[in-house]
Amino acid sequence: MSKEPTSSILLQAGTMLGLSSLKFPPVVKTEINLVLVLVTVLGFWTRLRNLSYPRAVVFDEVYYGQFVSLYMKRVFFVDESGPPLGHMILAFGAYLGGFDGNFPWNRIGAEYPSSMSVWGLRLLPAVCGALCVPLAYLLQLELGSSHYAALGASLLILMENSLIVQSRFMLLESVLIFFQLLSFFSYWRFYNASNSCSRYLWLIVAASSCAGAVGVKYVGVFTYLLLLGIASVHTWQLIGQRAVSHLRVFVECGCRAVCLVVLPVLLYVFCFYVHLTVLRHSGPHDQLMSSAFQASLEGGLSRITRGQPLEVAYGSQVTLRSSSSQTIPCWLHSHKANYPIRYEDGRGSSHQQQVTCYPFKDVNNWWIIKDPGRQELVVNTPPRPVRHGDVIQLLHGMTSRFLNSHDVAAPMSPHAQEVSGYIDFNVSMVMQNLWRVDISNREAESEVWKTIVSDVRLVHVNTSAALKLSGGTLPEWGFGQLEVVADRVSRAHHSSLVWNVEEHRYGTSHEQKEREVELHSPTHIDVHPNISFLSKFIELQRKMLTVKQEESEHKYSSCPLEWISMTTNIVYWLHHSTNAQIHLIGNLVSWGMANLSLAAYQLLALWYLLRRRRAIRDIPEASWCQFQRVGVVCVGGWLVNFLPFFLMENTLFLYHYLPAYTFLLQLLPAVLEHAHTHLLSGKSQHRAGCVSAFAGLCSVYLCYKSFSPLTYGSPELSANQLQALRWQPSWDILYRRP
Amino acid sequence: MAKDEEDLTALRQRKTCLISENKQTLHTPLPEAQSNRLENEDDKQASNGTSCWTERSITPPGAQPPNTILVLLVLGLSFATRFYKLAEPPHICWDETHFGKMGSYYINRTFFFDVHPPLGKILIGLAGYMTGYDGTFPFVKPGDKYGHHNYWGMRGFCAALGSSLPVFAYFIVLELSHSNSAALIAAALLIFDTGSITISQYILLDPILMFFIMGAVLSMVKFNQQKSRPFCASWWLWLLLTGVNLSGAIGVKFVGLFVILLVGLNTAGDLWALLGDLQLTLVDVAKHLLARVTGLILLPLFLYVTVFAVHFAVLNKSGPGDGFFSSAFQSRLIGNNLHNASMPKYLAYGSTITVKNLRIAGGYLHSHWHLYPEGVGAKQQQVTAYLHKDYNNLWLVHKPDDGLDHPKTPELVRHGDIVRLEHKETTRNLHSHLQEAPMTRKHFQVTGYGINGSGDSNDLWRLEVCGGRRGDPVKVLRSKVRFLHVATGCVLYSSGKTLPKWGWEQVEVTCSPYLKETPNSQWNIEDHINPKLPNISLSVLKPHFLEILLESHIVMIRGNSGLKPKDSEINSRPWHWPINYQGLRFSGVNETEYRVYLLGNPVTWWLNLACLGLYAVMVAVASISLQRDVHLSQKRREHCWVLMRGGGQLVLGWLLHYAPFYTMGRILYYHHYFPAMLFSSMLTGLTLDTLLHSADLFLSPPRADWLLRLGQVALLFSVLYSFYIFHPLSYGMRGPLAHEPGSAMAGLKWMDSWEF
Repeated sequence: MSKEPTSSILLQAGTMLGLSSLKFPPVVKTEINLVLVLVTVLGFWTRLRNLSYPRAVVFDEVYYGQFVSLYMKRVFFVDESGPPLGHMILAFGAYLGGFDGNFPWNRIGAEYPSSMSVWGLRLLPAVCGALCVPLAYLLQLELGSSHYAALGASLLILMENSLIVQSRFMLLESVLIFFQLLSFFSYWRFYNASNSCSRYLWLIVAASSCAGAVGVKYVGVFTYLLLLGIASVHTWQLIGQRAVSHLRVFVECGCRAVCLVVLPVLLYVFCFYVHLTVLRHSGPHDQLMSSAFQASLEGGLSRITRGQPLEVAYGSQVTLRSSSSQTIPCWLHSHKANYPIRYEDGRGSSHQQQVTCYPFKDVNNWWIIKDPGRQELVVNTPPRPVRHGDVIQLLHGMTSRFLNSHDVAAPMSPHAQEVSGYIDFNVSMVMQNLWRVDISNREAESEVWKTIVSDVRLVHVNTSAALKLSGGTLPEWGFGQLEVVADRVSRAHHSSLVWNVEEHRYGTSHEQKEREVELHSPTHIDVHPNISFLSKFIELQRKMLTVKQEESEHKYSSCPLEWISMTTNIVYWLHHSTNAQIHLIGNLVSWGMANLSLAAYQLLALWYLLRRRRAIRDIPEASWCQFQRVGVVCVGGWLVNFLPFFLMENTLFLYHYLPAYTFLLQLLPAVLEHAHTHLLSGKSQHRAGCVSAFAGLCSVYLCYKSFSPLTYGSPELSANQLQALRWQPSWDILYRRP
Repeated sequence: MAKDEEDLTALRQRKTCLISENKQTLHTPLPEAQSNRLENEDDKQASNGTSCWTERSITPPGAQPPNTILVLLVLGLSFATRFYKLAEPPHICWDETHFGKMGSYYINRTFFFDVHPPLGKILIGLAGYMTGYDGTFPFVKPGDKYGHHNYWGMRGFCAALGSSLPVFAYFIVLELSHSNSAALIAAALLIFDTGSITISQYILLDPILMFFIMGAVLSMVKFNQQKSRPFCASWWLWLLLTGVNLSGAIGVKFVGLFVILLVGLNTAGDLWALLGDLQLTLVDVAKHLLARVTGLILLPLFLYVTVFAVHFAVLNKSGPGDGFFSSAFQSRLIGNNLHNASMPKYLAYGSTITVKNLRIAGGYLHSHWHLYPEGVGAKQQQVTAYLHKDYNNLWLVHKPDDGLDHPKTPELVRHGDIVRLEHKETTRNLHSHLQEAPMTRKHFQVTGYGINGSGDSNDLWRLEVCGGRRGDPVKVLRSKVRFLHVATGCVLYSSGKTLPKWGWEQVEVTCSPYLKETPNSQWNIEDHINPKLPNISLSVLKPHFLEILLESHIVMIRGNSGLKPKDSEINSRPWHWPINYQGLRFSGVNETEYRVYLLGNPVTWWLNLACLGLYAVMVAVASISLQRDVHLSQKRREHCWVLMRGGGQLVLGWLLHYAPFYTMGRILYYHHYFPAMLFSSMLTGLTLDTLLHSADLFLSPPRADWLLRLGQVALLFSVLYSFYIFHPLSYGMRGPLAHEPGSAMAGLKWMDSWEF
């Protein structure tokens, strides 16, 4: 940047370094922009002041808090709302503050115990929020604006009540915004820098903060894509420079691709690596994951399965878990009850014993694997393992019925075959109880059936239908358990066809009575199923993206269009006895001015574009370039952080708009400056422009000041004062009746 | 040399259109600088750059006129393949059950509801009517025999439209690539694609939709070709034809929106280029703009609205679709109980009423003898919203405490009154309590409780007229009312969520603690029976045409987004489609039945997929070499431009018809890919042809020429042979299934997921 700093006082400081070097004394000259220092200090002051007040759970802290606690206890969890980096940052703050994870996090407004370091919990988001202020200044400079505009941008961020509120609590938006601003700032720093290799450091910073933004919230992806778009346009221009040699272009393109594509992906995966390494105990969300995944966690399933034999053999006693993608796990089950002779719709059944899928551990989930050619139900020494393609029978442990299927329509899914425990009623229904083992994730053709690891389809030999969890629920006669059918295999590799052995032991008892006792006794034997980090990562990532969030209404939920005019607010916290309260309410003045600047920018851009197309140049080329840059970053950043919400189906809140709004705020000073340089002519007009800009800033300050009781939660306001602050009739401001 | 000829032909063509001759000759003398300017059409040079590409497009050096023999061949083959065995199977296949039925509705003039706009079904109905189908076949379910009914007319109509697709593809690719061989490849891919054949042979909306989509694209590229002679007759013709086809596409299915987007983007680019052409005055540019607004916006809009006007004018009898629409809408249907109806004006105690939710496509407040199942709140009688007219929708309005004796002159219900609603059939009261609702967990459950008027304080509801004041009477049909539960303060609410099987898949009704005024919590009184009150005529209700139009659109959009996939079902995902992962069973499942399976010819589909990748590589190479200003011969430059401009339009078309499905929440089917597949096939033709013609990059001329011929022959042969082995998919299979040895399709089940 060649612009002279205009408003700042430059200090030159010579610092002595005591290390040996070529020159003595070695001298480092630094320039300190005091304005920048000042806004930074102010930023920290507004965000960090009295941080541990209120000493109570505020709004979504109740949500993030539980994950922080789980981190502290190193218990595994799945949170479908976002990737783990954000949670980890919060947890890191808590760790620094010495939080031990013992807090119930059950309701908003619950008081923290005095022993707890609330300050630590809230510190990192607040610091990120504070750093946004100088970042806005620096970004504005990189975009080619003057120091005045940069100061304006940072002051607008500084005095934005909604950003302050969102930064001061254990919430993630400020971290996201920080990463977004940092990535844009460092990318432009990279772009503007002269052709030195060290500028790639800035590119690396940009890429890492993109990874950070994506790692905190999925919406960060859109910022990343915007940055990639800008970078590819720049790269394309570089390719078009004919003066640059082919080799140079090739190398530059390669470096940029590595930095901007490969590096963020690696960092993103790395944060999952840390997540999975830290969380090694089993916990409340275990059941969402596959058996192999669960077995890799300490406690939980691994406690049960420790020491299980790995290879399933003839005579093995097993429980078969469905790998269906449904959220509830279930195990193949049978019990002493038959299918009703006639269903409600008049169809008949075989009236044989029911086979279902049961979502709880139960002794009736045990099955014995039998060789059709032999009679015995114990494991030989040495055990004869079952391999891919082998034909087996499955005997229900408690009732000694064979797993059977035949050409009778299943109870709830009439297109599929019924599966039953075979009972011979002498009604010319022959036993068809042979099943072929089909290991779908085998590596070799004669692969052995392994506990937990092998995904198995059981294909009925007579009809080539496969055992399947249909997804239907049986009515009362089936005790509301899940229906199991045999269906044509054609729809290959669907997870509802796949089963795996979860609990497993080698059967030893020859008699039915002994066997029952054996089945009732807990399993004890042991394996270490090793599952690689990469497959754990893929499974977890897929789970997080596919688990559906319960769609829910919330009192303060809003729709994206309401955000532009800020017709909604959110009550974050209300003192249990007084009127002191904290709201998410933005600075209405800057909100309005930012919207105006957006409209003005669009009109101007349209005007310039059309005129330029007719070869009329209103402004010099350099100003036009700068105008475009500002538009791409500010308007582009606003769009990519705002539009996606129109397509989202989950519950939305005002705070989702804050990243977009931060970008929009940056636009205002740039547009004002543009107007000042190019649209206003004559001294009087310039003066009027300056005065109105100053007046605008003053009114922003006044608005900030009047809402600061609702931002900081103190001082307490009277009912009348609260009434007076209800600037929009749709705002929900609470006060106690005197 | 070639350059000079170009300019000569350009002049010759220009003379034909006298209007613009002067202007054109003004900027002809730029031939030398043209080729340089083409590559860097950034802002600085765009002003001149566009005019030269205008000229280029009319006189491409390699341009070939359409070969009549080839066109006739394409036409003949595509009609032959589509009409072969058209009447088989002589029973209802797949969605014929819907669209055939809707065609019959038009013939019978019965009102129905469908999620698609009406043009396609009007055309089907018309085709049936013209060929002597009388509309009496019930179209109950797939597999029903047509018997003596005349179904082939409707199938023939669809097949005829489907047969024109390869011809259109031929012309489009010819226009974009100026190469007969590219056009022929594209046409051959479509002619011999089993999927395109199957989907054209039945009474479906897709052939009609694709006809209009391809028609629009063809007229658009033809229109672009007329660039050099604006405002002459053929220019206008293609412009208006584009508009007509656009309205046709959107009139058949909302997917037509994508082709509108394609044409829109193209037109915007076109106008942008015109604006940058400094030879044109602003008045000229404005003329261009106005012409396009007329042809591409106003005309389609007019036609689209006309289609709806026809739809509403034809369907004037009450039918199965009534309940989806508001009470006002229903009053215009002959046979509906609201048609020319008269009923008491104000709601009174003792009346029998039906209550309809104001949400568009909201149902009637309904109850029936069934109870909520175990585990779903209290085990009391279900209360739901039901879209169809039914005796169980009737409710009685009572005072909270009244016995059975009513005063002689009935008392009116007023804003703020507390009422008790009794279900007429089961005599249970509308009741709510602090139990969570079945689907919307944060709301309270609404049940039917008590019997014969006995009940408790949870049966009381305060009735409020929206925007009303204390004491206002409640107008039947016109007042929006809310029912506030007295004990808990919540409001009667219809969430729009469908209950599971135990609730007969009716719509959930809850009591919402959030008191925001939304149509979900507002209701109106539709039927009102009270013999003690005088009836008044309700003809004032009849809505305006625009209101009907708006309402029917909202109902359609709701209906579309309501087609949610059920969790237990395996449904088709967009990524399945280009890889031809799984088809659709059109007819028959078992060995003994006549089976037709909608599945694209795997060879051509996989070729299409590969060519998408190939195209990406080729266009990257082409654009980088242009950007780096690598020295290229004239022919090579032409190839680059064909790839980037012609190919670019096709890729854009493919993307626009494919990518949006990833964001759709509704249930998706395999056949949704077919419009995108048309674009993909055309792109394949263009890409492969360019590739084969670029063989001389690596080989010396005679060999390159051999390679070109060899490639073309091999391509044609593989398409033909694959069609030969897969043709039973379209023309019917009998006998054992493919995985059994005796089958005609033995060994052809290349993917486990195919079901034939």
